[in-house]
Amino acid sequence: MSSRSDRPLGVGTERAILALPLVALLVAAGWGHGGTRELHAAPAPVIGGVAPAADLDVLRWAITARPGTRLLRVCADPNNLPFTNRAGEGFENRLAELVAKEMNATLQYTWWAQRRGFIRNTLKAETCDVVMGVPTSFELAATTKPYYRSSYVFVTRADAPFRVASFDDPVLRRLRIGVQIIGDDYANAPPAHALTNRGIVGNVRGYTVYGDYSQPNPPARVVDAVAKGDIDVAIVWGPLGGYFAKHEPVPLRVVPVSPQIELPYLPFVFDISMGVRRTDPGLRDTLDMILARRRAGVDSILDAFGVPRVDRPAPAGVS
Amino acid sequence: MRASLILLCDTLSVVALLTATGCLKEKGERDRPPQAAVSSAAASASGLPTIAAAATSSDDGQWLMPQKDYANSRYSSLAEITPENAKNLKLAFTFSTGVLRGHEAPPLVVNNTMYIVTPFPNYLYALDLTKPGAPLKWKYDPRADQSSQGVACCDVVNRGAVYSDGKIIYNTLDGHTVAVDANDGHEVWNTRVANINLGESVTMAPLVAKGKVFVGNSGGEFGVRGWLTALDASNGKVAWRAYSTGPDSEVLIGPRFKPFYSQDQGKDLGMKSWPGDAWRTGGGTVWGWLAYDPSLDLIYYGTGNPGPWNPEQRPGDNKFTSGIFARDPDDGQAVWYYQWSYHDMFDYDGINEQLLLDMPMGGQSRKVLVRAERNGYVYVIDRATGEVLSATPFGYINTSTGVDLKTGRLMYVADKAPKMGEVVRDVCPSSPGMKDWQPTAYSPRTGLLYIPHQNLCMDHESVEASYIAGTPYVGMISKFRPGPGGNRGVFQAWDLVNRKEKWSIKENFPVWSGTLATAGDVVFYGTMDGWFKAVNARDGTLLWQFKAGSGIIGQPITYRGPDGKQYVAIEAGVGGWSGAIVAGDIDPRDSTAALGFVNVMKDLPQASTKGGMLYVFSL
Repeated sequence: MSSRSDRPLGVGTERAILALPLVALLVAAGWGHGGTRELHAAPAPVIGGVAPAADLDVLRWAITARPGTRLLRVCADPNNLPFTNRAGEGFENRLAELVAKEMNATLQYTWWAQRRGFIRNTLKAETCDVVMGVPTSFELAATTKPYYRSSYVFVTRADAPFRVASFDDPVLRRLRIGVQIIGDDYANAPPAHALTNRGIVGNVRGYTVYGDYSQPNPPARVVDAVAKGDIDVAIVWGPLGGYFAKHEPVPLRVVPVSPQIELPYLPFVFDISMGVRRTDPGLRDTLDMILARRRAGVDSILDAFGVPRVDRPAPAGVS
Repeated sequence: MRASLILLCDTLSVVALLTATGCLKEKGERDRPPQAAVSSAAASASGLPTIAAAATSSDDGQWLMPQKDYANSRYSSLAEITPENAKNLKLAFTFSTGVLRGHEAPPLVVNNTMYIVTPFPNYLYALDLTKPGAPLKWKYDPRADQSSQGVACCDVVNRGAVYSDGKIIYNTLDGHTVAVDANDGHEVWNTRVANINLGESVTMAPLVAKGKVFVGNSGGEFGVRGWLTALDASNGKVAWRAYSTGPDSEVLIGPRFKPFYSQDQGKDLGMKSWPGDAWRTGGGTVWGWLAYDPSLDLIYYGTGNPGPWNPEQRPGDNKFTSGIFARDPDDGQAVWYYQWSYHDMFDYDGINEQLLLDMPMGGQSRKVLVRAERNGYVYVIDRATGEVLSATPFGYINTSTGVDLKTGRLMYVADKAPKMGEVVRDVCPSSPGMKDWQPTAYSPRTGLLYIPHQNLCMDHESVEASYIAGTPYVGMISKFRPGPGGNRGVFQAWDLVNRKEKWSIKENFPVWSGTLATAGDVVFYGTMDGWFKAVNARDGTLLWQFKAGSGIIGQPITYRGPDGKQYVAIEAGVGGWSGAIVAGDIDPRDSTAALGFVNVMKDLPQASTKGGMLYVFSL
């Protein structure tokens, strides 16, 4: 995409400079708690129990940066493992740390629930500059080269008396199936469509991808339901299934779905990239360089979080 | 003569689109201006429908609820402003709300005080009408949860407050109903009714009747299960809650439930008309208007569209979504239900307002309910039984061919059903329907229903990968386009007796404001490019217009001031679903934003900027 920006932004350096007088003001006003504390959380409206106090909003621009350093401003959901959370425990948190280190930049987050309006209120509002994970063909951002490819997966209990690896497996007709539902504007997760195409409707239970935001990692409820035995199989996006399969109290089995693409156009496999504003190709190029240079480091983070990948033969392989 | 003028207007629609001023009628033959309010009885003698007597009251010149009366007439008997003198309307005073999002609420006027509720953060202002310039008496801040903004689907609007027994009662986006002392602005009670962590929000204006406050939820996009809740008006305690889906025990369906059509009769249809337990997240939210008929002792309200599954994933009628309930206000028990759009495929929420009228039909007066519905038909329904007496298109429809009056079923056109992975073009009306939430008004003097509405069609297409909460998917999206004629909005006068259009005004943008009818035979509405207009109730002649600072999606009201004069008030402040491109600063290149609405509103940012402002006019 060519740049048509009327306000081209680098990697946050301008912002850092702008922020300084405000920081000084706040410190002078007694807020600074000693003045040298570094915040790694930019207050922004988020949903529910993890919401920051609204009056902190004014501090969004005041996140400190040592003069002369770059800022890597990441737009992220504060409550969505395995991707990100406020405590920095997700694999996208780790990737952000890796990138920040490579750029010799200070890492800073703008927190916002990753729902409709997420991009508009974060990346497009220029309160942050990069989203660590978006589909490579995402329309709302300029994307890096993909750094992993994953698949929707079947998640079952390891002790389940059945095996399922394909949407065409007859056993699906008699299992209790959980899928995630997204919205009423013809925007549901691919497995829901795959089941509908086969007339599998009555034994399908929907779990809203939004869940109850006052609970940790709301999209994980559908995997919890497999562990608890409420459903027999969950069909979810790979990183979610892979991570929670390792963290549930009972052993779970994770199998990529088949086919990978259902005709005419229903893919279950997606390439994932980092996303920046279309007006920010410089940052995208920087990220591409880092992803290439730190390929092994990226892979080891993905491995550590059990992210199922279909773009490489073995988890530890190097492309 | 009139017909030829309308024809002329049609041919000028392209010009109208370009000039953005709408197709304004030439002046027709004027009716004599009224000297005084004409009673409903007199109007009845003329053979025109009257406002249900029990659901309205003698007009004291105040404005106590958004709909004006329980009948939802939005009709005032004030008659000082007439077609002859409307050109002399002048600004009396203004007030900035300090809020930039879409202003959909009407002011209230009670005891020489004007009350204004804003979009999120849902401030309540009281203005003293007895003093020059109507200065601020007090401001109440409910301290609504910031995070609720992320839950609202279509801008963070509020559709109004209601006055009852010394209190101003309204809902906050974060799911609270609050009662505020009308004199001093202190909070009397505050009840959390909805859970934003589950995606529920509240945008509707409550109705107060028989000592109860009736409130419903929004959030169908998040897999919310719709409900109507009754609170005790004196202390805010929940009296009952009726869900729109699920078992009869939770929908409050019992022995009194006697729906007119067989398709709505049976046990637990709120579960059985869904696959599996899809009813648990089935939608049917209640974010529109209520009416109350004291003579039948029934409240009426519509339910939102089913969701969040795509239609092919929820085979069945999906009851009790996209329909209308009549309930007992005391215990919530359902008395009848009718489904406007069974198994809705087009996002046709059934939440619009219903007008309670007494209508001469076949030599007798029928107690009817009139509804200009999303799916494009003006319904006339027997409000005691739920029988559909007529359903007449008030614009271009190709998603259905009519309503079967024997069965009550909408007759869908199969070709227009959206299917995953297929492109379906030219679906009319589009998701906001022929008319959305923006309320109509009825004048018993003219027998005309004044309908502000849109004229939009849509295309369904697949999109590239989308992403939400860490989950990639390929979506279907709708892109809205102007309907036949090219004008995106219509202000229409509908002849209820003859079931046809009397006159209409084409508007460039969707007419997303409410309407006001007066006994002076002047009706008022606003446009999204900021014109507040007064037109002749009988022929649609433009009498006067004022350019507000922002587009208008609010609801005009009129009242008698302390000086005895008639005033007209409107809040400007563009936004809402249709205006989200401005209020939400959405990139016009993002054609799928605001559920497809942005595609057809790309020029709104050139026509209006945001900003909430009250304007009050008098002669």
